Amino acid sequence: MVCASYNPPVDSVDSYEPLNLLETKSLTRRFDVLTAVDHVSFAVRESEVFGLVGPNGAGKSTMIKMMTTLLRPTSGTATICGYDIVKQSASVRRQIGYVPQMVSADGDLTAKENLLLVATLYDVPKAERRERAEEALEFMNLADVADKRVRQFSGGMIRRLEIAQSMLHRPKMLFLDEPTVGLDPVARSSVWDHILELRDRYQTTILLTTHLMDEVENLCDRMGVMHHGKMVAVGTSAELKTATGDPKATLDDVFIKFAGERIDESSGFRAISRARRTARRLG
Amino acid sequence: MVGVEATKLRRDPTEILSRAIQPALWMLVFGQVMSHARAINTGRLPYLDFMAPGILAQSVLFTSIFYGLSAIWEKDLGILHKYLVSPAPRSALVAGKALSAGMRGIIQSVFVYCLSLILSVHLDWNPIHLVGGLVAILLGAAFFSTFSLIIACIVKSRERFMGIGQVMTMPLFFASNAIYPIKMMPPWLQAISHMNPLTYQVDLLRSTMIVGGVNNFPIGLDLAVLLGSTVVAIVIAARLYPGLAQ
Repeated sequence: MVCASYNPPVDSVDSYEPLNLLETKSLTRRFDVLTAVDHVSFAVRESEVFGLVGPNGAGKSTMIKMMTTLLRPTSGTATICGYDIVKQSASVRRQIGYVPQMVSADGDLTAKENLLLVATLYDVPKAERRERAEEALEFMNLADVADKRVRQFSGGMIRRLEIAQSMLHRPKMLFLDEPTVGLDPVARSSVWDHILELRDRYQTTILLTTHLMDEVENLCDRMGVMHHGKMVAVGTSAELKTATGDPKATLDDVFIKFAGERIDESSGFRAISRARRTARRLG
Repeated sequence: MVGVEATKLRRDPTEILSRAIQPALWMLVFGQVMSHARAINTGRLPYLDFMAPGILAQSVLFTSIFYGLSAIWEKDLGILHKYLVSPAPRSALVAGKALSAGMRGIIQSVFVYCLSLILSVHLDWNPIHLVGGLVAILLGAAFFSTFSLIIACIVKSRERFMGIGQVMTMPLFFASNAIYPIKMMPPWLQAISHMNPLTYQVDLLRSTMIVGGVNNFPIGLDLAVLLGSTVVAIVIAARLYPGLAQ
């Protein structure tokens, strides 16, 4: 399904249509004169990895902040697992995990201490905290550095720890904001592997943002292309490539077709300086 | 939240030591000079005894009032977002921060007690009074750290916060009974100091920490003011805290 703007979901095999775990309707957020997110309507299906693609400043982070209840929308609605993000924000927070673009692990604490703190915040039953923390460390290949302070970790290890933190309470849906920004290729593909395994083992639905086309290609079942706050296309990479009319199209071509310009030409100064800052801290 | 703070302090005790220097200077330099000059009439109480609770309250104030800075720091790091996306109630997050400020305050008071012992201040070791002092420290630190968090939520940037923090601490300190009795103040300043929670904290400390300390207000009033203002501050901060992430 490819839609230039939003059409109601018309699937070819509607009897198999998976549940929509997340749905937005005309979601909008304005900051003074700037409209960061402009009437965005789309849906994420259960157990899929959905990529929100677009240049820095396209509105991806604002979208994530609204869906994680950090930011109230100016207008429009969104539901996660059937809960309204504004009216039932506390229930939404129980269903989701979130890894911000900025580094959210506490450098002064060890990996395990970080996990136990989060387990407490998320009301994981006391008896299970230690067990779940160890399981998460094992899962993310961090078991042998569990008692080391996070300050000494490499960028890839920090990201894996943060993903481990966000899955402790077994969220139905996980939001990852630029999960691989600033990582080298090896660390990046290790983070990819872990994200996919997470989905396969726990059936977690994952929404991530990225401006890297190869990340979408390797990781995402479907993607949504954002540009200047609007969702300009939604579909699988094959569908979107077909839509360009060029059989040999790359995803970069897809972006040019729907956004009208190259992905790396439209970033603003603020977005770039923030991306560099994160990259420096992870490096 | 408190556990995290405790772990961090254990890892980096230099912070506590550097915090201990300021009250030491006040008591050794200012206290000595003033008690020789006899410029401040404190009745039968030696001036050093009079000022010890004030200095304790002051050192807790100076630490707590910059607590909001760490919240802004956490915002810049992304740790704040992690807290706010969790289902933990906002008021619990804020109260946790207040309590960890209280814990720091108690560590500081151990230092000031030691210092007072060395300077032969007549300390009151009555267990009930010790607990009372503890409560005064806890509530004072909780109030001022939450107050500081409210400011942080309003100004949102480190630079602006530093400026405002500096501007606030001195008036809070001088418009209180920390280093001189309220009776010495001109009426307008007296009026202000009656609205200053620090005054009530010092008042409570003065009656519990030292032998022969007298309070100006009933202990019940001291407690009520401290507790009330802390609760109000936590309620306000819990409302403003989520806005810090935007």
